[in-house]
Amino acid sequence: MADGYPKYMQESIKKVEETREERMDKTYDRMSPSEGEEVLNNFHPDYKEEGKALLKIGPSEGKKVPTELAKLLRARSLVDPSKIDLTQIDYDVDVLIIGGGGAGTVAALWSLYEGIEPEDILISTKLRHGDSNSMMAQGGIQAADEDEDSPVRHYLDAIGGGHFTNVPELVKALTIDGPKILKWHEELGIMYDREDDGNFVELPGGGTSRYRLHSSGDYTGMELMRVLRDESENFDIPVLEFTPAVELLKDDKGQVAGALLMNLETNEYYVVRAKSTIMATGGFGRLHVQSFPTTNHYGATGDGLIMGYRAGVPIRDLDSVQYHPTGAAFPDQIVGLLVTEKVRSLGAQPVNVDGELFVNPLEPRDIEAAAIIRECKGREKGVTTPTSMQGVWLDSPLIEMKSGEGTIEDTLPAMVRQYERFGIDITKEPILVYPTLHYQNGGLVINEDGSTPVKGLFAGGEVEGGVHGKNRLMGNSLLDYNVFGRRAGINAAKHARKASLGKLTLDHVDDYNKQIEDAGIKTDRKAPLLLPEYRGEEVLRRHLDVEVTL
Amino acid sequence: MTPDKAEDEGNEDVEMVEIFVMGKRYRVPKGLTIMTALEYAGYKFTRGCGCRGGFCGACSTVFRTEDEYKLKMDLACQTAVEDGMFLVQLPFMPAVRAMYDIEEVEPEEHDNILLDHYPEIARCVSCNTCTKACPQDIEVMDYVQAALRGDVERCADLSFDCIQCGLCSIRCPADIKHYHMAQMARRITGRYIHEHSDELEKRVQEIKNGEYDETMKEMVEMEIDKLKKTYEERDIREEG
Repeated sequence: MADGYPKYMQESIKKVEETREERMDKTYDRMSPSEGEEVLNNFHPDYKEEGKALLKIGPSEGKKVPTELAKLLRARSLVDPSKIDLTQIDYDVDVLIIGGGGAGTVAALWSLYEGIEPEDILISTKLRHGDSNSMMAQGGIQAADEDEDSPVRHYLDAIGGGHFTNVPELVKALTIDGPKILKWHEELGIMYDREDDGNFVELPGGGTSRYRLHSSGDYTGMELMRVLRDESENFDIPVLEFTPAVELLKDDKGQVAGALLMNLETNEYYVVRAKSTIMATGGFGRLHVQSFPTTNHYGATGDGLIMGYRAGVPIRDLDSVQYHPTGAAFPDQIVGLLVTEKVRSLGAQPVNVDGELFVNPLEPRDIEAAAIIRECKGREKGVTTPTSMQGVWLDSPLIEMKSGEGTIEDTLPAMVRQYERFGIDITKEPILVYPTLHYQNGGLVINEDGSTPVKGLFAGGEVEGGVHGKNRLMGNSLLDYNVFGRRAGINAAKHARKASLGKLTLDHVDDYNKQIEDAGIKTDRKAPLLLPEYRGEEVLRRHLDVEVTL
Repeated sequence: MTPDKAEDEGNEDVEMVEIFVMGKRYRVPKGLTIMTALEYAGYKFTRGCGCRGGFCGACSTVFRTEDEYKLKMDLACQTAVEDGMFLVQLPFMPAVRAMYDIEEVEPEEHDNILLDHYPEIARCVSCNTCTKACPQDIEVMDYVQAALRGDVERCADLSFDCIQCGLCSIRCPADIKHYHMAQMARRITGRYIHEHSDELEKRVQEIKNGEYDETMKEMVEMEIDKLKKTYEERDIREEG
């Protein structure tokens, strides 16, 4: 067990305590547009050109993406199409859903509500059903249901937060569907925090102009995901766990017509023919863009981007990555894990080594993150940890001063528990934070009905782009996977009814390999990545590549 | 006992601890979690690893420490390695789960809806082993007792922080499937026991009636400079 903050860090905590009383009722002005631009340009990792690479092949040739992703987009397929027998079909379904997280499970349920029989649906997922970033979301879900709020106002907040780069029709879908999604959640029995009269407890988030965040303590994502999974299990919707898709399949008419799956434990491949296919693989945090730690799930390796791109779906807004302003910076065991924005919603302030407040706690995420990086790297007012990480304090004890003793225990039980394990009492001591890689803002291009430009393929959730433009607001990702998972599910079901498939092929993979060669790209790398590599260097250096048999 | 390797003595830069993974001995840096220690030792997870942040219950682990006879249970991603730890990952829990239709489980219409679906909870011997096994420090036995009394809401509230890792069920001498039963209790509570929101109902109707169609259309079609101005001038509800 670690034993809390070391002595020298406690010196800085004393300064935080000294200024707390005085800071309590202080507000820090939000940045003007030009101040915001300046801090982004100088300190936000997205605004550094050296972290990006130009795509030389594929449907979005000429676009810039993070170098880590570019390497995978110009990598070869995991499979050699000439060695795959596509005439033996293992699963023949109406709707195939790739990904068993939030978006995939919502899509499955709405395909079912739309009239597809459970046995004609298949969810393929890399790890267990529900293992996803959806499970880890803490803060909450936005939806404009309060009298003083409206979907139009939600629209304005979301598109402004995205620096007006979002696709208007997608933002409209997101915000107008919000209340409907919450209504569905009520019927499913999701336990949201409520006032005595049954209305929701609502909180502000960075960049929101109204209190619009609905939560279930700080287990919001988990509460949603476990209920959705439970509902899917009640209908007996088939799920193949530990069996990720490794390539989409097309037919000879150029439609997407299913996928090639791989049993992660035996490496056997399975051919799935599907009239509609929904990509719901989530994000790419585990690529550790610019070497940032991440809040993301173990399986968040961007597989859907790779498969979708090879099949001809353009990508957008992937040049911008969301760094959550507050990832854990101490203790070392939890570096990069999420410290939910709700901590700031509840009144905690970011303060520097001297206990000074240096930014409004509720700026949009990119600005808040850049301001924290500036405080550490630009002004050298950060706190250095024993392992040379930098961070600023997030003054959580303020929450109890503002809202009374016990508030933290009631509203942030997961966080209290996580820090307690390492000897830190966040009701009395501040939390050390630094930005962490959190969300893939962009992704595969979709239309408002969840369809991609390639016939037969739909997408929902973090894998798609355009909804959030170049910066997502807090609480809009849980809403995104519900809204677009639902739309993809419904429209995939409708499409499945009228679709007719031709002969299955992997020609697009051969074509892509040829493009790699024609562009003169030399690579041994293969993609999708499936799982990140965290084994010790010493072990890998001595690794023998042999097949071990039982 | 697996033997020492000759080189194990040499590393002085980092403080190392000794762990035993399913009996095999490894030296790993102090300060790692059980999960990162296993990776350092060369294990690549497919099973037994999920969110890596304490929310998904994939990495339940059983261990004991040297000179200790008791087995301990926790999450591999949230627990630091200790010198002399003997450990194993538990990748899968084949627990039975009752099927139900959420539309048909109004608690008022049944004597004890949870007992109907999970009759084995009546076998609880109040040994409290489930509670001791819980990595979330949930009062598991208490929520099973609440369920037995027919207090669905209490069962839901007590179990709310459950990450469904299954450690309670694997330890239970009565073979109760606590975490599945509690899931049902929470859904019944959210659906039938908690008041629902009037504001939400009103807003859903307004949207259905097309009351926002026109202003939304205006917004979607708004020219960018005007949109930016509208955004910057919007009133923001500050604290309070």
